[in-house]
Amino acid sequence: MADLSSEFIGIRTPNPFWLASAPPTDKEYNVVRAFKAGWGGVVWKTLGEDPPVVNVAGPRYGAVHAGDRRLIGLNNIELITDRELQVNLEEIKRVKRDWPDRGLLVSLMVPCEEKNWTAILKAVEETEADGVELNFGCPHGMSERGMGSAVGQVPEYIEMVVRWCKAATRMPVVVKLTPNITDIRYPARAAKKGGADAVSLINTINSITNVDLDTFSPVPTIDGKGSHGGYCGPAVKPIALSMVSEIARDEETAGIPISGIGGVTTWRDAAEFLALGASNVQVCTAVMTYGFKIVAEMVSGLARYLDERQMKVTDFVGRAVPNVVDWQFLNLNYVTKARINQDLCIQCGRCHIVCEDASHQAITATKNGQRYFVVVDAECVGCNLCVNVCPVENCITMERLTSGVDPHTGAPATGYLNWTRHPNNPVRASEPAE
Amino acid sequence: MAVDRVPDIAAGRLSSEDYAANFGDLHPRLQDHPALVEADRCYFCFDAPCVAACPTGIDIPLFIREILTGNAKGAAATILSANILGGMCARVCPTETLCEAACVREAAEGKPVRIGELQRYATDALMSAGTHPFARRAPTGRRVAVVGGGPAGLACAHRLAMHGHDVVIFDARPKIGGLNEYGIAAYKTVDDFAQAEVDFVLAIGGISVEPGKALGRDFTLAELRQDFDAVFLALGLAAVNALGIGDDMPGVTDAVGYIAELRQAKDLSTLPVGRRVVVVGGGMTAIDIASQSKRLGAEDVTIVYRRGADRMGASEYERELAQTDGVKIKLNAKPKRLIASAGKLTAVEFEYTREEAGKLAGTGETFTLDADMVFKAIGQAFLADSLDGAVAGIELSGGRIKVDEERRTTMAGVWAGGDCIAGGKDLTVVAVEDGKVAAESINRALMGA
Repeated sequence: MADLSSEFIGIRTPNPFWLASAPPTDKEYNVVRAFKAGWGGVVWKTLGEDPPVVNVAGPRYGAVHAGDRRLIGLNNIELITDRELQVNLEEIKRVKRDWPDRGLLVSLMVPCEEKNWTAILKAVEETEADGVELNFGCPHGMSERGMGSAVGQVPEYIEMVVRWCKAATRMPVVVKLTPNITDIRYPARAAKKGGADAVSLINTINSITNVDLDTFSPVPTIDGKGSHGGYCGPAVKPIALSMVSEIARDEETAGIPISGIGGVTTWRDAAEFLALGASNVQVCTAVMTYGFKIVAEMVSGLARYLDERQMKVTDFVGRAVPNVVDWQFLNLNYVTKARINQDLCIQCGRCHIVCEDASHQAITATKNGQRYFVVVDAECVGCNLCVNVCPVENCITMERLTSGVDPHTGAPATGYLNWTRHPNNPVRASEPAE
Repeated sequence: MAVDRVPDIAAGRLSSEDYAANFGDLHPRLQDHPALVEADRCYFCFDAPCVAACPTGIDIPLFIREILTGNAKGAAATILSANILGGMCARVCPTETLCEAACVREAAEGKPVRIGELQRYATDALMSAGTHPFARRAPTGRRVAVVGGGPAGLACAHRLAMHGHDVVIFDARPKIGGLNEYGIAAYKTVDDFAQAEVDFVLAIGGISVEPGKALGRDFTLAELRQDFDAVFLALGLAAVNALGIGDDMPGVTDAVGYIAELRQAKDLSTLPVGRRVVVVGGGMTAIDIASQSKRLGAEDVTIVYRRGADRMGASEYERELAQTDGVKIKLNAKPKRLIASAGKLTAVEFEYTREEAGKLAGTGETFTLDADMVFKAIGQAFLADSLDGAVAGIELSGGRIKVDEERRTTMAGVWAGGDCIAGGKDLTVVAVEDGKVAAESINRALMGA
């Protein structure tokens, strides 16, 4: 089996599958169970100063379900650990001693004063943990007290706190970023400027999952009221992948180690984060949905993928980054048409109706009075919507035209032409750009 | 030898618990969770094949989507707007040959969405709430006579009432409901659902019922044409085909009549059934009588059909249901001779058959089945006698009433539908469509639209 061992800011772990700072890493009991199940590392649930915070005693989670109540999005209004600092520190020390081959970062969140950060870092150093993760991400509750995303939304604060921390400790410092900002590159740049060893992202997204239509209360509902929570799970993965890729390809932050977080549920999700430049991934919602055992599937799937390609984990970290480009560099002469495999088609007709109602009227519904779905190349813009709504895997595929012109536009279907040189671009480059 | 057997026909073969279990609901209403899981499987197809396969054209993807969003009563309204007997059809439709056969998930996985059960989930939700989802239009002052209170008659009456017409339903039997009340297998429509559905249909208002009044006996078609603005004939099939080999022998029983008795029985333990039962026929009635005989405690029940399985009127699903009940199905054989002892049936001799150029022929080879009872389930026929003198003006085709697309007979002002019309499929859902189509046609005729 392929060697899945992974290295992140000098921390070696048996695999790149970590648990994110969250309820599954709240205490020794859970973390030990996680390590027994095979997780490579954990980020301990965020520690704060005593007295501990108090959580709501009502519902903490809201959910978005896909079909069959498959949980695709979870939001929470839980705060950082509500256990005493010393209790956590003792457990962390014991766990690190008992599991020396696993990674253990400690997530931290204290008021935005240098002395507060210095004090807690000293306490954490005692535990022999591998490093710390600064929680500048949580969007709910703590942000109202000037912590969490309230820091993460101001790049100058990030840089300042990271400097304090780097000056105060020998431990590596990871900065966990909030996605609740306009451009993720700015906080990432600030973290790097401050001296951060790595960034981790994304933290959760501001959200209300639903509204109770009997009580008109947001969910989760506490005595008739609700507060926006942090949204995570499979539904946020696309947002996370994009933000990770932005940091990976930004000139100012390129090369900074990234721990990818956001909806990782399977080995494929993890591999996608790695391909976009993450050195490892952190998982929470999938465990909160299925338990720790899912790591077995992740280990098995990634190992088989690597075996089949004779690769190591480090061989494909960042492999997809060069392929993330600005829209203006996409090849406008790349012409594809949908192809419907009539043998696989089950005749649901969804490709037709979405093309008819929401796209370009390029899929027939009948032929000689019979139900028959086929693509009309002269109308097809190659948008891929039909592929995405088809219930049967690989029944509809996109096929590239390799000669002649696009029957829809009459434009060439070969060669390379991007927007920067396109005749319709009023500010097109006079010289060919690549 | 069979002839030495003493005929054994007896009531009360089972304990009361067994009767209750055997005649309980075949498919109880889905609970919320399985209903949602199943509803979630629907792909919401474009121009869905299931809808095209439904004789009443129920918007199946829409009602399933309504179930999925917690709107079961809205789903029921969608169903009932196309098929006012959607509750009974959910129970008795051969969905495996109609909507579910057309479901794209049947093509994809061999497991169609369980449309029938979802339909029952929705219709039960609305009907148990005791509300009626439709309102009548302003009264038109027009009166329509509906002869026959079965599915076609009920559907026609309801649609006419919605249009504001006044309707009188005449029915020869003591209760209206037709085969829903007297014919459907008991375990498919428990808890007196047929009458509950009749009440639901009548709740629209504007419909009065005249049970126990038979056309040709208590009134004539000529009188109806005189007294009403239009007439809808939904007479059903009153005659039963004969074996033609000694149908009068004790022990030879008409399956349709027996099922009617069974459906009306207050106490199933009073119904005598043979220890060994032979059913002749290959349609739904054959399956229903065979299964119900077994469930009444018959020891051996064999269906004998003269042709191959592919020609049987009963679907594969129905055949499997009977076989699971322990019924044997013997194919390609026809009854040749009834064997009696002291004037009572003890066995039936059959001759094997084969099809030669589309025609059925005996092979000469025979076998004998012990039988205390033999049920005739070889089809029913339309009795034109009730049309009395008027029959001259109403053309028949193949022994049943000829109608056009709108279910108009050849007699002005008279429409017809259900099993009594030519081309009828002997299906509840088809009868409902007949009634609906005829009602719309009558409405157009009366309102000059």
